Amino acid sequence: MNKIKRRKRTEKIFLWASRLLSWSTILILVVLMAHILIEGTHYLSAGFLNNFPSRFAAKAGMKAGIWGSFWLMVMTTLISVPVGIASALFLEEYGIKGKIGKIIEVNVSNLAGVPSIVYGLLGLTVFVRYADFDRSLLSGALTLSLLILPVIIVASREAIKAVPNTIRYAAYALGAHKHQVIFGHVLPVALAGILTGVILALSRAIGETAPLIIIGALAYVSFTPESPMDEFSVMPIQIYNWAGRPKAEFHQLAASGIIVLLCLMLTMNLIAVIIRHKSSKRMNL
Amino acid sequence: MKLNIIFCLLMTISCIGQPKGGKLKGKVRIDGSSTVYPITEAIAEEYRSIAAKVKVNIGVSGTGGGFKKFSAGEIDINNASRKIKDKEANLALENKVSYVELPVAYDGLTVVINPKNTWATNMTSAELKKIWDKDSKVKNWSDIREAWPKRAIKLYGPGTDSGTFDYFSKAINGESGRSRANYTKSEDDNVLVKGVAGNVDAMGYFGFAYYKENQETLTAVTINGVAPTMDTINKGVYKPLSRPIYIYVNKNSYKRAEVKSFVDFYLNIAKKIVEEVGYIPLPDEMYKKGLKSF
Amino acid sequence: MNRNLQTKCIGFGIKFLLGACASFTVATTIGIVVVLFSETSEFFSQVPLFDFLFGLSWEPLLEPKSFGVLPLVSGTLLIMLGSGLIAIPIGLLTAVYLSEYAKHRTRAFIKPILEILAGIPTIVYGYFALTFITPMLKQIIPSIDVFNALSGAIVVGIMILPMVSSLCDDAFSGVPKSLKMGGYALGATSFEVICQIIMPASASRILAAFILALSRAIGETMAVTLAAGATPHFTLNPLESIQTMTAYIVQVSLGDTPAGGIEYLTCFAVASLLFFITLVMNILGQRIIHGIGKKGGQNS
Repeated sequence: MNKIKRRKRTEKIFLWASRLLSWSTILILVVLMAHILIEGTHYLSAGFLNNFPSRFAAKAGMKAGIWGSFWLMVMTTLISVPVGIASALFLEEYGIKGKIGKIIEVNVSNLAGVPSIVYGLLGLTVFVRYADFDRSLLSGALTLSLLILPVIIVASREAIKAVPNTIRYAAYALGAHKHQVIFGHVLPVALAGILTGVILALSRAIGETAPLIIIGALAYVSFTPESPMDEFSVMPIQIYNWAGRPKAEFHQLAASGIIVLLCLMLTMNLIAVIIRHKSSKRMNL
Repeated sequence: MKLNIIFCLLMTISCIGQPKGGKLKGKVRIDGSSTVYPITEAIAEEYRSIAAKVKVNIGVSGTGGGFKKFSAGEIDINNASRKIKDKEANLALENKVSYVELPVAYDGLTVVINPKNTWATNMTSAELKKIWDKDSKVKNWSDIREAWPKRAIKLYGPGTDSGTFDYFSKAINGESGRSRANYTKSEDDNVLVKGVAGNVDAMGYFGFAYYKENQETLTAVTINGVAPTMDTINKGVYKPLSRPIYIYVNKNSYKRAEVKSFVDFYLNIAKKIVEEVGYIPLPDEMYKKGLKSF
Repeated sequence: MNRNLQTKCIGFGIKFLLGACASFTVATTIGIVVVLFSETSEFFSQVPLFDFLFGLSWEPLLEPKSFGVLPLVSGTLLIMLGSGLIAIPIGLLTAVYLSEYAKHRTRAFIKPILEILAGIPTIVYGYFALTFITPMLKQIIPSIDVFNALSGAIVVGIMILPMVSSLCDDAFSGVPKSLKMGGYALGATSFEVICQIIMPASASRILAAFILALSRAIGETMAVTLAAGATPHFTLNPLESIQTMTAYIVQVSLGDTPAGGIEYLTCFAVASLLFFITLVMNILGQRIIHGIGKKGGQNS
């Protein structure tokens, strides 16, 4: 009898401990968000979105960072998405049998785990110095593309794998060639899943700071970039600059910047969720 | 069709992002000292109101780091908290970079301690040398004066790319670049401010403006009986840490309209901005002389 | 006949194009290895390997120069251990709760929360560490440095916690239901089923989860740069200011060091070490996960 009581008691303690810790994750998130909102709403205004950085906290704004991030994301998308989807299509549909195929797979998952700062050094050496693109949007976009390419490939492969084979076989049965099957049938069906993965990868890229600092995007920038060869700044770097200053008002500015950044990421993630939801409705095969 | 719409949309969006006002276009590339940075940053901000289309960007690589780029012709202006070294001048010569040295303000390099530090408010330059000299064995405050607490000193200072580092080591230790090695280094003066403000046993040094900006959280050490103030620095009484700070302008770059406009604007507005930022402005004639040196 | 040949040519061209894109990933890896290797070998032509790997003092610029990387490694280690101490218990027990105890609705609520925590950029965590965690710690432990390892470790722990949780969750769902049901049928409490059946059965995958999460903690940059400090210092005291390998690389790059100097080379040497460590950990973690997949299939 005693033993059973003891076991039941341990059970209860354990249950409560794990319940507590699980719900504490919500507490952590709430505290984090509350702190940022409390600090950040002070300077948040239309002016904040439209001003350039200033030594006066009241006048400072994120315009350079917002537009820098925007153009950086556009260029990164243009570079990484086609290459990523193409790679995923190749690996899934054509595939390379045996050892080489295995090596490429292992390679992709390893690349996904490489610290972002190493990509920064790679970008610095290859794009900034060797190719002489200097501290430009182009260098930044190329570096970020390399960074998120493995993520896009993995997500796209999952989406392509999920396409039922019946679609492929039906197309072959009608006499289609391999590339016609891929582009005419597999890709349209997998597109929603691919898009979701791409958007999630981009929402990660928009928050990346370290590789861009290595590229040299840390300078004071008070303009919006006009060409791919212009210098630039991005939202996370502006936040970093402000957070690094000792005065409290700049910390508040950093919080405002974080609110803008998180809102943008939230929007992107919501779009991804909507796409996923809509496509799963359609795909009730 | 869809592609066309997207393209037009992007173009329209890009038009919204563009600045208005001012006809001048082009780039002005600046880098260098974190000490001079607040001045240049403030002036670049004011400059936007007359020439919004000119793209000014300012890096903070340290005086030495900035000179490496300047001598290679990669930047137009270098913020410098010390004079150019012979090595750097020779490199500039090799790369056919001819330049003009423009003093823009006086700075009193300030040694700071934490406000709760009530004992070390007054030091001599000999004591500073004892702490900061190469191979210094000083670990605790009591190693300098026996009456001081027997707790470890936490030292903060600029790194070797910094002109402030060069100047301080020359003025206090006798030779530029000669310094003890084990202290927390950062080219970012804000890190030093935070470090000293956050620790009772900390000591650091940086330009006067950073002290002035953070007066509530720092205490300036009186050196040889003289405290750093606008007055003592201006009169040169605050010794040995009073110094002029400069910008170096590439003569070739000056030929470009946007650089000329920026530099002229800089010298014209320097007096007001320097004071606002927290350094000591030069007499008017020196700024006028600067304008004529091209 | 002609049309068929045309289509075949297009097919071949497309296959080639797609293959070229796929080889980009291989090119990236080769690029990383070449870049790191060439600069690092230049570094080691000037600094002996032994001094680098085992030296206790990191002073690359001022005389007397020393290039012992252990202070940076100890900084990284402190962050890794500290964040592990937070992420592993919470992550593991959260996974346990979600897979064994929680109702379906609770699970549907907590899982997205974890995904959000995982998606928040590291710069936000760095800001949080600097402006919330450190002041809070200072109230509890007044002697703590304004830059300290503990603050960094706490936020990195929060950052990798969702990863531990979701990987452990996957591990638990990989345990055959028959084993669980057998335990319950014998009258075991949930606690006993978890501790004596589920965890041992998924032990390797749980271990892999820990390894992968810790590898991510090692590569973390912005949070530690903002909060943990810039003082390379061989210590295991989390209350002190330290510098991690990643923070050092950032510090050097802030100065935008031009190519060639010893400082530039140290950057790459440290990055190579970082890359090597995370690579080994990642390969190990992936190996365990994929290895067990095969074994589990054989067993059931």
